[in-house]
Amino acid sequence: MPPTSPPQPLVKGAPVAVPSLYGRRAAGLLVILAALGITGLLSVSFGANPLPPVRAWEVLWSRDGSEASHIVWTVRMPRTLLGVLVGAAFGVSGALLQALTRNPLADTEILGVNAGAGFAVTIGVGFFGLTSIHGYLWFAFVGGAAAMVLVYLIGSAGRAAASPAVLVLAGVALTVMLNGFSTFLTLIDEETFRALRSWKIGAIAGIGLDETVAVLPFLLLGLLIAVLLAGPLNSIALGDDLAASLGTKVGRTRVLGILAVTLLAGGATALTGGIGFVGLMVPHIVRWFTGPDQRWIILYSALAAPALVLAADVIGRVIVRPGEIEVGIVTAVVGAPVLIALVRRRTASGL
Amino acid sequence: MSPTERTKGEMTDSSGKADPAGGRPRVVVEDATIGYDKRTISDRLSVAIPDGSFTAIIGPNGCGKSTLLRALARVLTPSTGAVLLDGKEISSYKSKEVARRLGLLPQSSLAPDGIRVADLVARGRAPYQNLIHQWRPSDEDAVAAALAATRLTELSGRLVDELSGGQRQRVWVAMLLAQDTPIMLLDEPTTFLDIAHQYELMELFRTFHDEGKTIVCVLHDLNQAARYADHLIVMRDGRIITTGTPHDVITADLVEDVFGLRALVAPDPVTGTPSVIPLDPRTATVRPVEPHDADPNHVSPLPRRQESTR
Amino acid sequence: MNKSSIAFGYRSRTVRNRLFSGRASVRLLTVSAVLFLVAVGLAAVALTHGDYPLTLQQVFATLFGGERGFEWTIVAGWRLPIAIAAVVFGALLGIGGAIFQSLTRNPLGAPDVIGFDAGAYTAVVVTILVIDTRSYWYMASAALIGGMGTAFVVYVLSYRRGIQGFRMIIVGIGVAAMLASVNTYLVSRAELDDALSVGYWGAGSIARVTWAPMIPALVIAAAIVVSAVLLAPAMRRLELGDDAAVTLGTRPGAARLGLIVTGVATVAVVTAAAGPISFIALAAPQVARRLTRSPGVSLLASAAMGAALLSGAHLLSLLIAQAYRPVPVGLITVCLGGGYLIWLLIRETQQRYGLAR
Repeated sequence: MPPTSPPQPLVKGAPVAVPSLYGRRAAGLLVILAALGITGLLSVSFGANPLPPVRAWEVLWSRDGSEASHIVWTVRMPRTLLGVLVGAAFGVSGALLQALTRNPLADTEILGVNAGAGFAVTIGVGFFGLTSIHGYLWFAFVGGAAAMVLVYLIGSAGRAAASPAVLVLAGVALTVMLNGFSTFLTLIDEETFRALRSWKIGAIAGIGLDETVAVLPFLLLGLLIAVLLAGPLNSIALGDDLAASLGTKVGRTRVLGILAVTLLAGGATALTGGIGFVGLMVPHIVRWFTGPDQRWIILYSALAAPALVLAADVIGRVIVRPGEIEVGIVTAVVGAPVLIALVRRRTASGL
Repeated sequence: MSPTERTKGEMTDSSGKADPAGGRPRVVVEDATIGYDKRTISDRLSVAIPDGSFTAIIGPNGCGKSTLLRALARVLTPSTGAVLLDGKEISSYKSKEVARRLGLLPQSSLAPDGIRVADLVARGRAPYQNLIHQWRPSDEDAVAAALAATRLTELSGRLVDELSGGQRQRVWVAMLLAQDTPIMLLDEPTTFLDIAHQYELMELFRTFHDEGKTIVCVLHDLNQAARYADHLIVMRDGRIITTGTPHDVITADLVEDVFGLRALVAPDPVTGTPSVIPLDPRTATVRPVEPHDADPNHVSPLPRRQESTR
Repeated sequence: MNKSSIAFGYRSRTVRNRLFSGRASVRLLTVSAVLFLVAVGLAAVALTHGDYPLTLQQVFATLFGGERGFEWTIVAGWRLPIAIAAVVFGALLGIGGAIFQSLTRNPLGAPDVIGFDAGAYTAVVVTILVIDTRSYWYMASAALIGGMGTAFVVYVLSYRRGIQGFRMIIVGIGVAAMLASVNTYLVSRAELDDALSVGYWGAGSIARVTWAPMIPALVIAAAIVVSAVLLAPAMRRLELGDDAAVTLGTRPGAARLGLIVTGVATVAVVTAAAGPISFIALAAPQVARRLTRSPGVSLLASAAMGAALLSGAHLLSLLIAQAYRPVPVGLITVCLGGGYLIWLLIRETQQRYGLAR
């Protein structure tokens, strides 16, 4: 479906020419798919017992019962799959948040959604003794949604639209506070500490396929809502008033958007403990290929974010072999500079 | 009453209109290259401020007027050349020493949250204070006099945030006055004020000048410059086009040359100083006086947006 | 003395003699004095609490009675350094917060928000886990280097035609996020015992402070206070904007550098001895400003407020420990301070459009 001149956000600079955007999008899609394929292959190849990618490729197609096949299929495949899923979830929820709040600095980690979900899970584990994801998944949803609504209310207190700077600070304040509570809960109970120590930093290792499958429907539902919302989000990019005058139901779009973010980020946080900065970086990267049209941004984010997560995971596995660095740590180290670059690029008033 | 009573140790030649020929002026710019970071605004600029003058620096937006003033106030350091104060390079003085001779009214200053008028004005006394002497009688007198001169005595206990724009600008002027310097540098002091407050402030500066201070003022309004200043420095593209009295300097040719505006220059009916009245670009004629045969297509584009504010 | 001819809009007191002249708001002085007394009082009450409860009379009798028994060891040897730490560290954090809030011209510009204590903490964790030492001097130097390094990085990264407070805060948040993930990684890699201990300490706890680190910390604290007093006038002038500061005889670069070093030093001293104690630096100057109605943030009142806040949090942590479990004091300050920060944000957004100006 050829795009009918996508709504341009009111930024200065030359309007993006539509024909060249076509080529860009096609090229971008190729680049992203190639990146996804390569990182996926690397992800099944690398590890404590590295395989040559060619060998990994072979056993992927013929499950021959060899040791390599066993490693790939029981350990690395589930992990890679999980990386793809949570990557897409965090990437798309970042894109959604940036569109909903018209805030280039939005990300589930920065706005406290991950912290909210994480805190709720800590309560579930610490107080209710939950050990399976079927139990605490719901805690993650509730916590994530509550944190997001809270941050949004704080940021927009007294006004319709929340200022980006205030949103970020509200998110940081809530994150610090909730992490404080979580720390307290883990410190007073060694069991909880042990159970959540590595969960809290965004690891995609050691999570069973069954857990992934348990969360899968929620993530897919979230992605579906996100795709359906892309159109209304395009008009919200022009401002609430203009969006309303264009016939967009602003309130409904917001509620659905928050629901989608909750499903995506809550589910992914329940699995991994929260991977930050993916949602911040990826939409900015794909925007370079897609232009400002949310439909493409969300779609491309869903493809590009998994590549980023897998790349971070591979890097984390490679640089401290035989140990590993969790994905969440790698993405924070890579992603924070992006935040800094973004805030340097704009003047405060332009944020 | 006047806050300009000389404190001990102040230079004595600061008052009185010194003639430009004899003696070196107190403030001299010699061959200075001025700019921000790596962007040069003015290259190898030389100019002197006549002692005891009311000097106005005029020119289109972005011509380097504020930059020059900021160099005079040593907010900017020239990359080559020098700004001399009383014959010595300004950066070689102790910082507070300069602050007692020369004060700047910046284009924008920030009032701390919740500060009251008298407290803010009192901050102008910083160059005279030290750790053990923070509030001498002379400080108090200078602040009281500055408040009185700017008609702020009644408002002295009010919060600065609560004042109107015109009153707030008077507070900053009072702070500069409390600093008690023989040389005052004013960076577009009347911008953002309504016309009554603009003239109120200019009259205030005139009284300072009458009391013997040297005033250097960046102005946008040519008519104000011509009315109040006795010496003009005209700048364009970082260079000084000409200097002199308003009468000699402000001509229709100069206005067109410097500002790209076709205008009529006629004596101000009130003061007799030159005043600039823009021509109508559609007709380019002047109805009552001599008609101009101007080509409307020749009107230069509007001046660029000003970038020197920040 | 000499009656002021100027109406300042509040009651102030002028002192003038041959050696000294100055003027200060009566309210500022009173509030600060009361807050300091509250801080000391809370700290004294805290001396009575613990596994071996004492009455206030017993504490005083032990401290001033001259008897060197078991109770002396408990009170003077164990509890006193902690109580002093609560007062002194609280005051230091208040000063550090006031300095950075003044420099960034933003109530959110506290060193913990901008990531300086994350940097100090990272350096200390590395020192503990890698060099395997608990020597105060090692930890203090590491904290100072880490804090300074972070400050430098944040400053350089947010410098773009001058420093803008808001940009510095967001850059600091980014840097803090990186450091926090590094900290988490280090802790997750440590042995469980080490990790628990670093984790407890990393939440900010003064409960394990002894005389050994307190004495050097007090020396440095004294130096910090002197330097803050010397730099205070320049700080006041920088608040008016760089141009105005220059024209009043300040060298902004040098003054700012001195203030940053002093501010980071406050965080470093505290972090080295007690771990990162968040939000005192953020909340103290602002609460003090509202109580004293002083223009801008006042160093004196912020220090007093910080001392009172940390002493109070310390006492609270002792009470919770008696009733339930030991809680690091840093967690209490985080929870109180986080709530305060959120309230501050709501207020600010309601008052004016956004923070960015």
